[in-house]
Amino acid sequence: MASIKQNVYPDVLPDFRNLGVIARVLVGVNLFAMAGVLYASANWSQALDRFVQASALLEPLLLASLVALYALSPLLARLPYLGGCAAVLALTLLLAAGTHLLWARGATPPVPGVSRSLLFTALAVVLLIGYFRLRSKAFSPALSEARLQALQARIRPHFLFNSLNAVLALIRRDPKRAERALEDLADLFRTLMSDGRQFVRLADEISLLERYASIEQLRLGERLRIVWELDAAPSDALLPPLVLQPLLENAVYHGVEPGTSAGEVVVHVERRGDRVLARIENPYHPEHQHRAGNRMALANIRERLQLFFDAEARLETSERDGRFRVEIEIPYRLRETGRA
Amino acid sequence: MNGLRVFIVDDETPARERLRELLGDFAGEIPTVVVGEARNGLEAVERVPESGAQVVLLDIQMPGMGGLELARHLAQLHDAPAVIFVTAHDRHAVEAFELNALDYLLKPVRAERLAAALRKASSEGAPTAEKLTRAADHLRESDGRAREYLSVAERNRILLVPVRDVVYFKAELKYVTLRTREREHLVEDSLVSLEKEFADRFIRIHRNCLVAKAAIRGFERAPGDDDVRWLVLLEGTDEKLPVSRRQWPLLRELATER
Repeated sequence: MASIKQNVYPDVLPDFRNLGVIARVLVGVNLFAMAGVLYASANWSQALDRFVQASALLEPLLLASLVALYALSPLLARLPYLGGCAAVLALTLLLAAGTHLLWARGATPPVPGVSRSLLFTALAVVLLIGYFRLRSKAFSPALSEARLQALQARIRPHFLFNSLNAVLALIRRDPKRAERALEDLADLFRTLMSDGRQFVRLADEISLLERYASIEQLRLGERLRIVWELDAAPSDALLPPLVLQPLLENAVYHGVEPGTSAGEVVVHVERRGDRVLARIENPYHPEHQHRAGNRMALANIRERLQLFFDAEARLETSERDGRFRVEIEIPYRLRETGRA
Repeated sequence: MNGLRVFIVDDETPARERLRELLGDFAGEIPTVVVGEARNGLEAVERVPESGAQVVLLDIQMPGMGGLELARHLAQLHDAPAVIFVTAHDRHAVEAFELNALDYLLKPVRAERLAAALRKASSEGAPTAEKLTRAADHLRESDGRAREYLSVAERNRILLVPVRDVVYFKAELKYVTLRTREREHLVEDSLVSLEKEFADRFIRIHRNCLVAKAAIRGFERAPGDDDVRWLVLLEGTDEKLPVSRRQWPLLRELATER
């Protein structure tokens, strides 16, 4: 999983279980077919007729292919890229031949040759695979950029210098505790500087949260109270790194530090069916909101979630009863599949 | 023991302890006595005057009231202490200090820097209120924050009046009077600077008067007077204040917005 060469990205097949990918395939194939009939027809009404006719063959094939790819997605992801492409092509051609046979049996209008259907299918598959490859290439720089932004947003200088100051204060009175705090800081920074494009286990992100929290506790003492609700958290779930930590940091920075009395932060993570839900709650100080980059940090996380999960992730914020809540929902995944 | 009397204000316990340690480290060269500590601006406003502090070490980012606002309130005292600002990372504040020649230290603080700042502070004394106001004006341009309180010095004590309690400011002769529901106070600030600082909360109704937008209840026709044709009715007071002809269009606009 860890690679030394940070810039090399092997091509991967798209994740056929991702809604965004499925939607793109549906739209792409239909547009392709429409372009074909438009080109071959003399006028609009003829084109429409032909498209409706072609749909009778096209749509069942398209749906069958998507269902098959959905089902076989884990197997396909294990093949090398070219092998995977070949497998996808073979699978769809097989389905095309099959649908063609079934359809030809009961059809009244003359059936187009099977070779043409197969050629159309092959072209569509090649075009789509090419499209997804280009798309992932186009987004890789965006991913590393997002990672950089993430880095900048994450290491809040305010946090770094105040933490170092707190550790300095500990060195003489409680050297053991100071050592632990420096170890926690080192772990935190190791993660901050690691490759932001690899998924991490939820358990690891949670232990990062705990390290971060213990440093903040050092600084803020009894002013910071964190309630951990992690009993139902699926520790094996995979998620992009540094999704929860910045949210907790935000909660402390905007929710606890501006308050003169103690502030309670709730960290809640649970699995609900095939989704993972995370919620972070903190006291809300409206007068403190306009000051700093809260929105920016949230926008940054939202963008990264989208890059990793396309349409299947959700990030929402709300303010109610003097509490600010951020909720994240991502698919429950145990394996790293292709990126959307 | 007659060392320099130092007061420490920081919301983080370890940060206060660190400063104490450093003061102890160079006590041989610069003898100091820590005469008090506070965790935020409000505590400091209460404790600094009676502590007889000569120098206040002041964190910038604190809950409730920031360091710069606190410094402005302290500057009202008769024997105002010198202040040394301390900040972990506040680009805007540092810029404002640089421009206005106010002394500051960066966290983590080094012993030598702290010693040098103390020497300088004890020889130069308190920064003037004007200097602090200029720095605050500068900072407001970048972070948009106005003071939460106005301060009134009463002998050896500072009385804070929350800005949200103010119904109006009125300039009379040399002084500006501030009116809350309960009382009236004299403040040092000029009407012009108040108008600038609290532009989103107050509106000028007359050459000599600013009223809180939130306190405006309505308007009433003025009997007779030629220059003044309208009066403002306010929450929390029975006084009716005259609106000048010049300011009337602005107020009418405000009234229709609501």
